[in-house]
Amino acid sequence: MRGGTVIVGTGQAGFQTAASLRTEGYQEKITLIGDEPHIPYQRPPLSKGFPLGQQDFESIELRPRNFYRDHQIDLITAKKVSAIDRQERHVTLASGERFPYDKLVLAVGARNRTLSLKGAELDGVLYLRSIDEAVVVKERLKNAQDIVVIGGGFIGLELAAVACSLGKSVIVLEALPRLMSRAVAPIISDFYRGFHASKGVKVVCDASISEIAGSGGKVRGVLLADGTKYPADLIFVGIGVVPNNELAQDAGLRIANGMAVNEYLQTGDENIFAIGDCAEHPCEFAGARIRLESVQNAADQAQCVAATISGRRNVYRALPWFWTDQFEIKLQMAGISNGHDCVVSRGNAETRKLSVFYFKEGRLIAIDSINRPLDHMMGRKLIAAGVRLTPAQAADESVDLKKLAGSISTTHS
Amino acid sequence: MPKVVYVSPGGDSREINVPAGTTVMAGALKNGIDGIVAECGGVCMCSTCHVFVDEQFFDRLPPAQDTEEAVLEISAVERRPTSRLSCQIKVTDELDGLIVRLPEKQR
Repeated sequence: MRGGTVIVGTGQAGFQTAASLRTEGYQEKITLIGDEPHIPYQRPPLSKGFPLGQQDFESIELRPRNFYRDHQIDLITAKKVSAIDRQERHVTLASGERFPYDKLVLAVGARNRTLSLKGAELDGVLYLRSIDEAVVVKERLKNAQDIVVIGGGFIGLELAAVACSLGKSVIVLEALPRLMSRAVAPIISDFYRGFHASKGVKVVCDASISEIAGSGGKVRGVLLADGTKYPADLIFVGIGVVPNNELAQDAGLRIANGMAVNEYLQTGDENIFAIGDCAEHPCEFAGARIRLESVQNAADQAQCVAATISGRRNVYRALPWFWTDQFEIKLQMAGISNGHDCVVSRGNAETRKLSVFYFKEGRLIAIDSINRPLDHMMGRKLIAAGVRLTPAQAADESVDLKKLAGSISTTHS
Repeated sequence: MPKVVYVSPGGDSREINVPAGTTVMAGALKNGIDGIVAECGGVCMCSTCHVFVDEQFFDRLPPAQDTEEAVLEISAVERRPTSRLSCQIKVTDELDGLIVRLPEKQR
């Protein structure tokens, strides 16, 4: 008997591949291998409900342990795959144990980018990606008072909101001129700067950090290039991730910004797929090859690959969407706004109900929404279907997006 | 402990004890009810925990918030008057016996 499908990585993408293969009726063996010591769990709550004590591990498990047994999925945790033999079609663990495959899915994720600054190794400089790290974050927050967050992206701002909600003094240091600048328009960045300030979080943009100050091996503060010093007994670092390319690279697969895959999410080896945070794929909604770090991307790519492996060859073309929860507000994002040349909005920041519509060459490419959930959901439909909406219509509240979206579902069904 | 009855698209029903204070979605995931996907983990970003609530229970639920209403607009199987997201239905002792029907598909 051959090896069926081996999936490397027990995050959202790896889990979903295994689950979707069974939903698709796949009858062969499924082996799901990951180096984390836990059964697959959701990562988004780690920077939100988990450190706040609203969710525990059991409530963020993707499925209970018996799910894997019930669906004949061999789940192997705490084991690192160290090599792929493409000729023999098997993967090898560090222990030397081998697993043959017919199809191999690399869902190996990414790891945190680390600070390379004097003092970066001090006790109290924390990163967050895994549940084990989240447990440390939660524990260390209990006795900390002055928190500095390095990086004003989603993770940094979510952690800032958590720490602030727990009554801590919080400062966010962002190297660029505005918050979440990789993802959202200035109007949204400005909104969030003001929103965090209203909660008591101090936000410093254009911050150039020269070193982490410490004594006795422990963090004491952060020093900026302009001489400003912020005291800190805990520092959270959220400055992005790097894809875990090594396994694929060593196997001779092409690496770009992540593992390079085609529209079927296949690497240059037709039996090897790469999905989720580690995969650079062609995205029609970005008009480019991109690598995305999101639940949607992980789950939809997993579903796509599961269908292909099950014999229903499937081009990946799901619309990207994202969210971030900071304090009581959820920011919902649909589409990829990179390269936009026109931005209009509905609603306004004062009422905390705001949608921003991004256009490129006259075409709607993305919508960011704060407390306007229908704009977001209809936006997903409109962007996915490529419906024509002019900037003037987008800015006009009397243009009913639901009606527009309704008209496409009839023409496209 | 309150019971929730999950009815598959084929009509098979399973009665599950679901702790009060947890959601109908969580009860399904914990107990291997296959028709609930719960892709976003219960934060009203996807529609993959969509259920049809039995008429006799529907009016006893607290009404859906705007966020949930919006998500129901993108459900894989078109929403009906008794559609809800199971991640937003908190089980209580008063809802003992709650019947939810699962749609044909969630994605």
